[in-house]
Amino acid sequence: MAELQTNDGGGKKKKGGSKQKKISVHVDFTPMVDMNMLLITFFMLCTSLSKPQTMEINMPSNDQKITAEDREKVKASQAITLVLSGGDSIFYYTGQPDYKDYNSLKLSSYKADGIRSLLMKRNQEAVLKINDLKKKKLELKITQEQFTKQASEIKGGKNTPVVIIKASDKATYKNLIDALDEMQICNIGKYVIDKITPAEFFLMKNRETKGAHAAKFGNS
Amino acid sequence: MSKVKVARKSTLIDMTAMSDVTVLLLTFFMLTSTFVKKEPVEVSTPASVSEIKIPETNILQILIDPTGKVFLSLDKQTDMINTLTTVGGELGVTFTPEEIQKFKIQKTFGVPMKSMKAFLALPAEKEDEILKDYGIPTDSTDNQFKVWIKAARATNQDLRIAIKADSKTPYKVIKDVMTSLQDLRENRYNLITSLKVESANK
Repeated sequence: MAELQTNDGGGKKKKGGSKQKKISVHVDFTPMVDMNMLLITFFMLCTSLSKPQTMEINMPSNDQKITAEDREKVKASQAITLVLSGGDSIFYYTGQPDYKDYNSLKLSSYKADGIRSLLMKRNQEAVLKINDLKKKKLELKITQEQFTKQASEIKGGKNTPVVIIKASDKATYKNLIDALDEMQICNIGKYVIDKITPAEFFLMKNRETKGAHAAKFGNS
Repeated sequence: MSKVKVARKSTLIDMTAMSDVTVLLLTFFMLTSTFVKKEPVEVSTPASVSEIKIPETNILQILIDPTGKVFLSLDKQTDMINTLTTVGGELGVTFTPEEIQKFKIQKTFGVPMKSMKAFLALPAEKEDEILKDYGIPTDSTDNQFKVWIKAARATNQDLRIAIKADSKTPYKVIKDVMTSLQDLRENRYNLITSLKVESANK
């Protein structure tokens, strides 16, 4: 661009004082660049680029209280209860807790080979179906709406496991999010966050003492 | 003569292209970014694989810091005014127009009602300093948090509740907040997280 402008200036060369003319046509952009750089720096420092992600959760409301009967029903139907404890540890038991056997509460981890592999195995059917569905979506055979509809149908299917998440006071917010994350990764549609009950503490204590706790209670 | 000319040319660097680039970058930043809200406490959210974006408007954000202090922020100033007067009415505190004006421009608020008047009388620089020592009481004896949420909901029906908590926050605090929300029949809310880099299927 500058070259072209020089040529323009060159036309007036014959009148003399060509150098001065040249300079006057040439606009110096350096201050403009300086200013822009300043503005960019300002924007980079004072704004955030991406909007934060969110997780949507629906909690059961207090009025439609889940009755003890419902709980039992869920438990009997092979539910998995996750107990989030302090120190990033996570325990789980399946179905009804067995207060006599201290091994019924098992220790797991937040890593991929921990709770995730367990849930994946339990939810294999749905996971496979969802993966199929994802492939179809990638090949543009189905639309986004169809995908979400079918996915939620699969997730709410009859044979999918029900997960109950119970966090103790020692667990951190990160633990809770991690647990909810696993639900999403493993395509589990039915999960609840429930309050921890003395029964879970009993189980944990029992596990710690290798059954001594239960034995003490059994005798007294 | 020609030699001198060449030498002069070489010293002049053409900044046009550079300025083009910077203007482009500037436009990009202006269009894609949103301003960071000033928060009294620094909170690092836990990562998750969830990819839902949070809507920009009608958000009631509950900010929870690692020690369990709770702050609130609303994005509309009219909502702020109405909420303040409702809460004030409920807890028996009336505000002068100046105090309401001052409250309106706050980015995040979280002061117990009894110290609200004294807090609003402070100069703006002092407020930021002192705000992080306060926090809305959430315990069962004096649950002002509930009153605030109720007032905010009464002001704006479309309000969405988002919880932003530090990853180290003990679950006890979260539980208190969640039960309070449950008592108010606010059963749908969002948990703000940051994006996890690792892929979902591994």
